[in-house]
Amino acid sequence: MNVQVEPAKLKAKDFASDQEVRWCPGCGDYAILKAVQVALAEMGAEPDNTVFVSGIGCAARFPYYMATYGFHTIHGRAPAVATGVKLANPDLDVWVVSGDGDALSIGGNHLLHVLRRNVDVQFLLFNNEIYGLTKGQYSPTSKVGQKSPSTPQGSIDAPVDACTFALGCNARFVARGIDIQAKNLGHIFKRARDHKGASFVEIIQNCIVFNDNAFAHFTEKSAAEDTQIHVVHGERLIFGAEGNKGLRIKPGAFELEVVTIGEGGVTEQDILFHDETNRVLAGLLVSMKPPEMPVALGVIYCDPAPSYEAAVREQVEAAKSKGLGDLDVLLRSGNTWTVT
Amino acid sequence: MNLQADPSKNGISETASVSDTESIVVRFAGDSGDGVQLLGGQFSQATALDHNSLATFPDFPAEIRAPTGTTYGVSAFQIKFGSREVKTSGDTPDVLVALNPAALKVNYKDVRTGGLIVLDTGSFTARNLKKAGFDVDPREDDTLGEYKTLEIDISTLTLEATKPFEVTQKEALRAKNMWTLGLVYWMYDRTTEATEKFIALKFGVNSPVANANIAALRAGHVYGETAEVSGDVQRTHVAEVEFAPGEYRLVTGAEALSWGLAAGCQLAGLDMTFCSYPITPSSPILHILSRLKNFGITTFQAEDEIAAACSAIGASYAGNMGITASSGPGIALKTEAIGLAISTELPLIIVDTQRAGPSTGLPTKTEQSDLFLTVWGRNGDAPMPVVSARSPSDCFDTAIEAVRLATKYMTPVFLLSDGYIANAAEPWLIPSLSDYEAFPVTHRTEPEGFLPFSRDEKTLARPWVKPGTPGLMHRIGGIEKADGTGNISYDPNNHQKMTNLRTAKIDGIAKDIPLQSVELGNETGGDLAVVGWGSTYGPINRAVANVLEAGLSVSHIHLRHVWPLPSNLIELLSKFDKVLVAEMNNGQLLTFLRSQTRQDIEGHLKVTGQPLTIREVEDAIKARVRN
Ligand SMILES: Cc1ncc(C[n+]2csc(CCOP(=O)(O)OP(=O)(O)O)c2C)c(N)n1
Ligand code: SF4
Repeated sequence: MNVQVEPAKLKAKDFASDQEVRWCPGCGDYAILKAVQVALAEMGAEPDNTVFVSGIGCAARFPYYMATYGFHTIHGRAPAVATGVKLANPDLDVWVVSGDGDALSIGGNHLLHVLRRNVDVQFLLFNNEIYGLTKGQYSPTSKVGQKSPSTPQGSIDAPVDACTFALGCNARFVARGIDIQAKNLGHIFKRARDHKGASFVEIIQNCIVFNDNAFAHFTEKSAAEDTQIHVVHGERLIFGAEGNKGLRIKPGAFELEVVTIGEGGVTEQDILFHDETNRVLAGLLVSMKPPEMPVALGVIYCDPAPSYEAAVREQVEAAKSKGLGDLDVLLRSGNTWTVT
Repeated sequence: MNLQADPSKNGISETASVSDTESIVVRFAGDSGDGVQLLGGQFSQATALDHNSLATFPDFPAEIRAPTGTTYGVSAFQIKFGSREVKTSGDTPDVLVALNPAALKVNYKDVRTGGLIVLDTGSFTARNLKKAGFDVDPREDDTLGEYKTLEIDISTLTLEATKPFEVTQKEALRAKNMWTLGLVYWMYDRTTEATEKFIALKFGVNSPVANANIAALRAGHVYGETAEVSGDVQRTHVAEVEFAPGEYRLVTGAEALSWGLAAGCQLAGLDMTFCSYPITPSSPILHILSRLKNFGITTFQAEDEIAAACSAIGASYAGNMGITASSGPGIALKTEAIGLAISTELPLIIVDTQRAGPSTGLPTKTEQSDLFLTVWGRNGDAPMPVVSARSPSDCFDTAIEAVRLATKYMTPVFLLSDGYIANAAEPWLIPSLSDYEAFPVTHRTEPEGFLPFSRDEKTLARPWVKPGTPGLMHRIGGIEKADGTGNISYDPNNHQKMTNLRTAKIDGIAKDIPLQSVELGNETGGDLAVVGWGSTYGPINRAVANVLEAGLSVSHIHLRHVWPLPSNLIELLSKFDKVLVAEMNNGQLLTFLRSQTRQDIEGHLKVTGQPLTIREVEDAIKARVRN
């Protein structure tokens, strides 16, 4: 059978499976699901060439809702499974969906290695700063003091910042978005998919049941403009409701500071340009936290390097080009003797 | 009841009913830096080229570079060779070559009474004696009274032989193993030719190091000819074995297993993706396969064993043959992933090269104590086939069988080897791939009527669909799946049904494997059946052969298929008055078989980290059966 695929004609709903979506009403995951489906349709992705791999958690139910190939694996191990998929078939478009517990607690080791190897997958980390599926325990990204069933007096361990971790793992693509900002997410997904190698995307996701409003201080409409900076490669790092705030290197220190154009002699010329190929800048941007600093969003770092599975394939092909292996010859290599 | 065998040494008695002229057991022992394994490997090659039958047992120290002269840094290599088929590396050495006092200390008690001990006296310094824990020089009291000794200053003779060449003192002394090898070649009437070629290849033709080593080798050989060794040493020629015609080679278990996996994949028409994490004694498989990329084999050194298992599963999901390999602790880590492969019904092979003990145990020592882990060691009702190889060369066929079962039944398969099999070498009549029936795999491409969890009527296997196939998009996962559609299902009856289906699928494999045969003895029953699995094959087989010659009614039954068991096994066992399981663990197959039958079954069990000896199996038989 020869099915004529015309990807351009697919709509977002063509990427939705027939399974009923079972997240809590109001969960941020719905918006992300929609954004992914819209982005795939717009990009002309082919459902039969697309694979969603996930671990365990609320977020990890994602593959069931996609009309693509999907593999819901075990807690934390999705990056390893995805690596195997890419090793076997580098042509597949592989997406990994994970929660903050899945990716940074039980699966931290695998996330580290999928990023530093630079396996060509899109890694989406839905960060709700809580364990949703197991009913609300604190997670490795929870803020100190997080009250939860396992930390009734508030958590005491210091959290990890997902994007800082990713940069530390030598990720070549790091981006951050917010569940409700569909348009921005769509743009990030496209960039992530175009990027050859591991693309790490942190998505701020509201868990309405166990950690509602954890991010309200910068996601709320009223606060958003002054607490978010949407970075664009080659453009100045300017933000704010009035469009007059910007980031510059603090004189005499190696750190960023927020300044207001027109105040204290600051002009637009003083504001830094975003250079997404600059690791050091990326490191400074991802670690910014409100209220002192805005949260950096968008493609924060992108500096491609050869992808792992392509290099693996190259070695195999190089070996094959010198002559395909013949098992009967191999078994007879080295010292043999013949009995007549 | 104490099931534990008495592990005490039996160095003073001779292996029952094996005549010395037919076979000889030699053990080489020295410091880990003395090149004992290389010496042993070369001697094995020369022995094989002289058409003797042989089996080897390399016994490595756990430390990579233990301080020189210590007992825990002693490395040994034992070989049994003979003019009739050799099935074990030998119970008790006839000859021990000890390259330093520590090597003597660790090994001399194993030598048979009246056996020969060759000593490098050059290494018997006060310091080395002390390091080895000898208060008195063992040559001067009656420590070695039961043995013949041949004392040679091998160190000095090596230095002399290598003097003409521009090598450092250290490099010169390193050739000690070659001098020793030369002498042993002389003792067994072998030529130095093949080893000379090997040296030239290894160190570079005409390089000073190569020339020094060749000179040492020749000097050792000539020493035998000219010096007055003949009084103490009988120069022996072991006649050729009548091998079946064909081309032979030496093969280790790790080699045969790796090549068997490659062969299995070719017979299935699949590319292999091999994912592993280094661990002793499993790593050689990773090393061997990573050199076979021209066979379309991809190897992946994962970040840990969990990732190794998971990436192999990912590769199988994408349509390749995903394979992972490890040993004890690593297999434990893979457990959850194996459950995923069972639940999603994907083919996967997990090679377990077993090693001794719980936890880290004894990494370089051998044992068969993962049977429970492989048959039962998972959460939920999670059945899967387990096959086990009995000898180095048998790894080849067993690996092919593992690939066949995994792909035909869409299931993970455990492939059991152990540290002994992995490192030991034996002659192998080299097979041709055309000797084997191909079992080509077809991935499903037809969208019409597709259900991811529909089943083949005969095998109960579900269809294998590669992502990338138009029109067959579907989702799988470890949550219970609805029969047929594979959609998430919490329906109680469906879970019962799926559990039954998974069980029936694996049980059904019993119909697709050979009936259990009797290796030696009588198919129709008798006084005793000795049942084994894995690397105990050699000692059990020889022990049973010996007692059969002595007129006892005993048979040897050896399992390749540990689960599911061959369908006739329980009935076969019932034909014997007694059943004895001999294994290198604390009673795992024993307990397992007891769970499958009401028959009274006893065990001969040993966990010393050393292979079973022929002698102890014979004793265990004789304790139960009278003539
Ligand atoms: C081996 C294992 N340990 C624990 C669990 C239980 N478990 C399931 S999901 C989860 C945490 C989920 O949190 P997160 O990854 O943040 O995802 P969310 O549910 O918030 O989307 C845990 C602990 C499991 N499924 N498997
Ligand atoms: S528990 Fe939280 S994360 Fe999970 S589905 Fe409900 S709202 Fe979403």
